[in-house]
Parts: sequence; structure tokens; C-alpha cells
Amino acid sequence: MTAADDAAELAPAQVAGPVLSVRQVDAYHAMAVVAPRIARGFRPGQFVAVAVGGPDTSMLLRRAFSIHDVRADHGGTVEFVFAARGPGTRWLADRRPRDVIDITGPLGRPFPLPRDCVSCLLIGGGYGSAPLFPLAGKLRARGCPVDFLLGAASADRVFGSLTARRTGRSATITTEDGSLGVRGMVTDALARVIHESRTDVIYACGPMPMLRAVTGFADRYEIPVFASVEESMACGIGVCMTCVLPVTGDDGVTRMVRSCVDGPVFRGQAVRWDDVGTIPFDALGAPGWRPPEPADPPQAQPDAQDGRRHAG
Amino acid sequence: MPADLRTKLGHVDLPNPILTASGCAGAGRELSRFTDVAKLGAVVTKSIMLAPRAGRPTPRMAETPSGMLNSIGLQGPGIDAFLQRDLPWLLTRGARAVVSIAGSSAGEYAELARRLSDAPGVTAIEVNISCPNVEDRGTVFACDPAAAASVIEEVRANTRYDIPVFAKLSPDVTDIVAIARSCVAAGADGLSLINTLLGMAIDTATMRPVLAGLTGGLSGPAIRPIAVRCIWQVKQALPDVPIIGMGGVRTGRDAFELILAGAAMVSVGTVIFHDPGACDRILRELGDELARSGLERLTDAIGLAQQSADAVRLGARPRMGSRD
Repeated sequence: MTAADDAAELAPAQVAGPVLSVRQVDAYHAMAVVAPRIARGFRPGQFVAVAVGGPDTSMLLRRAFSIHDVRADHGGTVEFVFAARGPGTRWLADRRPRDVIDITGPLGRPFPLPRDCVSCLLIGGGYGSAPLFPLAGKLRARGCPVDFLLGAASADRVFGSLTARRTGRSATITTEDGSLGVRGMVTDALARVIHESRTDVIYACGPMPMLRAVTGFADRYEIPVFASVEESMACGIGVCMTCVLPVTGDDGVTRMVRSCVDGPVFRGQAVRWDDVGTIPFDALGAPGWRPPEPADPPQAQPDAQDGRRHAG
Repeated sequence: MPADLRTKLGHVDLPNPILTASGCAGAGRELSRFTDVAKLGAVVTKSIMLAPRAGRPTPRMAETPSGMLNSIGLQGPGIDAFLQRDLPWLLTRGARAVVSIAGSSAGEYAELARRLSDAPGVTAIEVNISCPNVEDRGTVFACDPAAAASVIEEVRANTRYDIPVFAKLSPDVTDIVAIARSCVAAGADGLSLINTLLGMAIDTATMRPVLAGLTGGLSGPAIRPIAVRCIWQVKQALPDVPIIGMGGVRTGRDAFELILAGAAMVSVGTVIFHDPGACDRILRELGDELARSGLERLTDAIGLAQQSADAVRLGARPRMGSRD
């Protein structure tokens, strides 16, 4: 896998972008915005943070959405997918072409791409599949076979099943109510898909329980997983410290890292899924945690692996 | 002619009064991708503690009307990493660094003050004695005049003479003036008003508190009137003590409001989450506000509403025309 560090350094931009289109896609909405500066720097897996409610809004927190598509028309457009669940996303769904929205991006670290030609399985839960399609494009361009495994509660909540069928070497759909594809969860179909497609690497995006189950399953086969997490964020740019989760570094130390700037893509095996939502007792700086003895200098540098992990 | 925005942080001259609020801009690095940190009056860092700290569990935030609750719990890298990495970065970028410090005992604050005094380039120290996100409410020193004074005394005694010490106070007290007096008597060169208010939100669908830490600090425009009131009261009681005002500032007009109440500087906080370019915009808007008001110098506006109010009380016409 190539390191993704350089991409995170590409400066994100804050853009007042005119809406190009808002379309309803089954249970979701897809909004395309003209934002050349964001489109230029984009790599699959990165996201945008959108201000909602207009200039005098009482909703202060930005909403973070994966970038689903980038196009060159109008100088560069980005499309993201969201579910209109609360007042903020409903406001967004009500925007019309030529309305201007305040959008920052591209944010976060992208999916790392394989150096060699390997068999890639892309797993999406709900509209978590949105960032997988630009990734699939990049993988195919490198000659990697791409298989899709998409799951959701019902048929209208599976995002992109047609595209997956059209563009993937294989596409497996699971729904909990059996309204599309196989009845069950993605994990129920995982073993079969891995065997049939001889998967070398898994890319996954979706709810935490799904990512946790996929990582646990892939561990049995020693298949690396790159998981894009959906933690709730306030700023998306690394300053608010609300989107943290426990991740073990290459040095064996668990830190509470920000999913917006250290993620949203993590090595699945590095995330302590069972401890998400808690501060593990052995995490750096947990209550009762003591600094290591000064006799052990590499341990004494909490950020030896990654200078950005604990900034701020 | 553009208004003269220079102001004074204690005895330190600042090119303008717009600062970042502690905890809303990290140590400046992330924000620098959206704002030129050297152009700000100063960057006030997230509160630094002696040891690395993991903070509180998630969920750590909840959106509320015109505000938010946070319960980060002072997550941070500790003073060693800060001095090694974050402070030098701020200085090489040409930013002025106001370092916020937090501890659980007066001794910890003293140690932090010593370490910062030994490091070159600290513009001022803001003593966070009012973070609501700690397990033990007894360690919210800013809720008790004697406890607040004991911390400030230690910090002042251990800080190099030429570094101003500002005490950051909590609005969650009956008499903020008493706390302010006590801090100034203990040696504070100035005061930062206000920290967040302790709040709580319950998810009616799950019927459980939204925040894993149960309670959190309320910030954002929802608390601005409380900031204005606190600044006003303290400025009236202690007219010569410089105040960094903060609390829900979203526009240049809001910053101007805090300055008219008595703030010599204004920190921009929660709105940065909404608009990472907010500091630049607010600085620009504040210049426009001053120009529109016919004031040539920012320093002329500090506490001006108090004089106008006095004039009204004395039966004279207010000097300023009423604003829309």
C-alpha cells in the first residue's frame, strides 16, 4: 500500500459554491456543487463539511459527507450524498440549482491505493457506499479487479446498486428485509464473496458495527481492511476534538485520534472497535495513565510516528 | 481612513484585537489552512496540561439552538509535546502565542507557568481555571474566590515578569465581580471573560443524555448576552483591568458589542467550527463597524457603552447615536 500522508497535506479550501443539482436517489439525496478548488485536490475517501441553514443559521455545526463523484465540467464539481434526517440535512435537500452553499474540502485522508494489481472488495453499508465509487474508478485504472458488497436495511437504502452491478467484476447486495439481493447483513455474505473473488484487500465504509464485524471477519483470513468511519464531527478540520476514536499506532500505543484529520480512513486492524465510545484504560493520557520512564526515549515521544496525531 | 485597530494585552501591543478562543483553534496549525494565523492579534492555544490527556468519551458534542455543548475534557498532548512542536510552529509562522494552561492543582499550574517562562516566544498566559468538563467540580477553581486566587498567585509568582497573566473566569457563579477582584488582587494582569456555561441535553428518542460525559460546556451565540453582562459588570468594578472578551462572537458587530461593554480584545471561538475563515472576516467587519461609528481608534471604543450609559443616567444626551 502506498502512504497516504502526502494527500492529507494538500490544502483544503473553504468555498462558496453554487449548487448544480440536487437529485433524490432512493432514500437519499445527491447534491452536486461547483467547487473547482475542492474538485482539484480530491482523492477517493475524502469528504466535505457543509454549513447548513444559511448565513444567520442557528445550526452552527457543519455536516460532513463523503465525496461521491468529481467531474471536470464548470471548472470542477463535487457531488456528495446525504440522508435528509434532521433540520440541517432537510434544509440542504431543499436547496435549488444556483443557490450558494458554504463548503470546505477536500478533508481527511484518502483510501490508500495498492501498488500492485490485487483483488479489491469494496463494502458499503447504507449510503456509506458513496465514497467507494470514485475509489473503484481509481482501482480499475490500476488494473485491480473490483468486487462490490453493498448492504442496507431495505432496497431503497442501498446506495449505488446499479452502478456497482454495471462497473464491478461482481456485485453482491444484501438487505435485512430481503427486498433486494440476499436477505441478511453484509457479513452474512462476506465469506462467500471473499472466497469467490479471492479478495486481497477490503475497503469498507458504513456504520461502526458493520466496520467492526468486517474487520473481525477479515482478520481470520489475514486480509487487510481500510475502513472509513462515520464519527459525528463539529468542524471537520481538526480543531474541535469531538470526532475521536481509539486507534493503536505502529508503536503499539493507543491514542484518541481525530477521524477528521487522522482519518476518516483507518487500517481496520488498528481501530479498537470494541472500545469506540470509551477511553480505553491504556490509551495515551487516559485517567491513571502515567508517562513512560524517561529511560525509554522512543516511548517518551508520543508523536514519534505521526506529528499530526496530537496537535492541539 | 481605516480605523486604528491596535490594542494592548497587558503591556504587550497587539496589531488588532481578534484572538482565537482557547479550544477552538487547536494550536493554530489546522486553522492555518483557512486563516493566516500571523494576521490575528494572537492565537490562544487549546489548554495545555502537564501530561498528555485522552479527554472524555464520545459522544462529545451536541448541537443546541445557536450553540453547542462540548465535553472534550481537555484532551491534549501535554506540555512537552507542546513546547517541542506546537509553540515553535506558531513562532516560525510569525503568530503571537497566548498559551492557555489547565491543571488540577495550584502546583500543576505553577509548574506549567515555569515551563512556559523558560520557553522563548510566549506572548501571554491565559489561566483556564474554569473548564466545566472535569470530573470534580471542586477543581473548577473559578467558582471560588480563594481557590481562584491561590492558582493565580502561584502562576504569577512562577511566570517571567514580562509575560502577562490572564485569568479565564466562569459565568457559572453568583458574583463574577468577586472572583474577578480576587484574581486581580492575586496578581492577574487581566481577565478573560467568559468560559462556557455548564449545560446538558437529553435525546428524547433514546431517553438518555446525549453526551457520554453527561454534562458539557455551552458555547456559541446563545451565550453572547451573558458574556456582554459579565464583561460589563467586571469593567464597571475594575475599569483599569484589561479584558479579553469571548462568548458567541460571530460577526464584527458582535465583537464591537463586547468591546463597547469593556473588552480590549475579543476571542473568536465556536463560530470557527462553522466558518474556519471567521477570524479574518470578523476582523474586517470590526474595522467597518468602527469606521461607521466614526471612531478612529479601537481603544476609544473600549467600554464606551458604560460612559454613554453614565451620560444617560446624568440626563445628558448619549454621545453615540442609537444604532439600528
